[in-house]
Amino acid sequence: MIKEFIQGLSITFKHLLPGHSTTVQYPKVKLQPSERFRGLHRLVPTQDREKCVACYLCPTVCPAKCITVESAENEKGEKYPKVYQIDLLRCIFCGYCVEACPVEAIEMSGNYELANYHRSDFVFDKQRLLNTK
Amino acid sequence: MNAELLSLSNAPWLYIGAMLVKILVVFGVTMGIVAYATWAERKVIGHMQTRLGPMLTGWHGLLQPIADGIKLFFKEDIIPSQASRVPFILAPMMILIPSLITIAVVPFGTDLVVNVGGKAYAIPLQITDLNIGILYILAMAGLGVYGITLAGWSSNSKYSLLGGVRASAQMISYELAAGLAIIAVFMLSETLSMREIVLQQSGSILDWYVWKQPLAFVLFLVTGTAEINRTPFDMPEAESELVSGFCTEYSSMKYALFFMAEYANMIVVAAIMATLFLGGWAGPTPWGPVNLLGKIFAFMFFLMWIRATFPRVRYDQLMKLGWKVLLPLALANILVTGIVVVLQQ
Repeated sequence: MIKEFIQGLSITFKHLLPGHSTTVQYPKVKLQPSERFRGLHRLVPTQDREKCVACYLCPTVCPAKCITVESAENEKGEKYPKVYQIDLLRCIFCGYCVEACPVEAIEMSGNYELANYHRSDFVFDKQRLLNTK
Repeated sequence: MNAELLSLSNAPWLYIGAMLVKILVVFGVTMGIVAYATWAERKVIGHMQTRLGPMLTGWHGLLQPIADGIKLFFKEDIIPSQASRVPFILAPMMILIPSLITIAVVPFGTDLVVNVGGKAYAIPLQITDLNIGILYILAMAGLGVYGITLAGWSSNSKYSLLGGVRASAQMISYELAAGLAIIAVFMLSETLSMREIVLQQSGSILDWYVWKQPLAFVLFLVTGTAEINRTPFDMPEAESELVSGFCTEYSSMKYALFFMAEYANMIVVAAIMATLFLGGWAGPTPWGPVNLLGKIFAFMFFLMWIRATFPRVRYDQLMKLGWKVLLPLALANILVTGIVVVLQQ
């Protein structure tokens, strides 16, 4: 029994020595999330507009029903999303929208700092999603 | 130079002045240690659990005790409507005061000789030298449990009451073994005065009673930890089953008093330990107070170390350890010490 006591005490003492801490001082130091991390969504742009062709596959597959798309036609006769909204308060960050997209128009970024002050701030419209880094 | 011991009869004003200064200094130092023990505990345990502990308030969180104090001071002071008001308010004080006044009998240095009006007076560096010093300490340690029990009972809450009941049961079981462990020391020292006990150990490190009474030292270490409700014996505030035990219903400065009492108790037990077994102030270096403080800090570090290492014992294990292991060991230790003392005469 005494041997185990000493063993336990020596383990904790070893951790007291400098260089054993695993804490990251978060707001000052940030960890880089992995490549496949599912953070805030991003709409991928092409030259003049978003890649999205408003096919409605993402709102269909979305299990949380957080994506709103309204399609329209532009002057070149291309289908484009007039409205593209993601309500982050409903989103469960499952990534199904990314998997479903046939033209790879939606991606997920590594941005995980999504806290905000008002409910309306969590509704990301097309412009905000296009601006996501 | 023959210095006369300063007393109320030979120089009343000097005596009163010296007394006040001693009380203020001891109180201030104790409170300072209490404040920074909270910081040290969080740091030590944090690092032992590969965390950092407080880091944001000042350099490595050094201002954390002040921030905590200010926060607790401005918190709302809630008294539950079904609580007994007077005992509820009295309980935190009844815990803190016995632990603070216990420090009065701990000697912390050699006599200080001062010259006043051509006469030399010796001021003992100890608030008061009771000839029954250790009985006084045991009595005050016994009083401390009233505060916990009263806090548990007056809160009118199941968790608090269970915490209070546990505290009293634990105190009774461990105080016996603690008292018996100390008795072995008195059988060697033949005095109850803390001052005399330190003087008898002041020759060299080999004169410390820890070498003559190693079993009593270990017993007092364990029972002392149980007496002050520290992990692994912190049954009265076992948060996994009793929320926070006897201080569940307390908030604001009343809660802070419980917290301060816990750390003040740690200092007291450390000081008693150092005085009885480790030579008190008469330690390795020539500076009395430094020796005593060093021993107190070392023991407090040890308690924090234990808290970071061992899980809490179960209640039946606690009782079994107290009555079936520690008490017989303490009695056997007294018996053996008695035989040795008789044979040596």
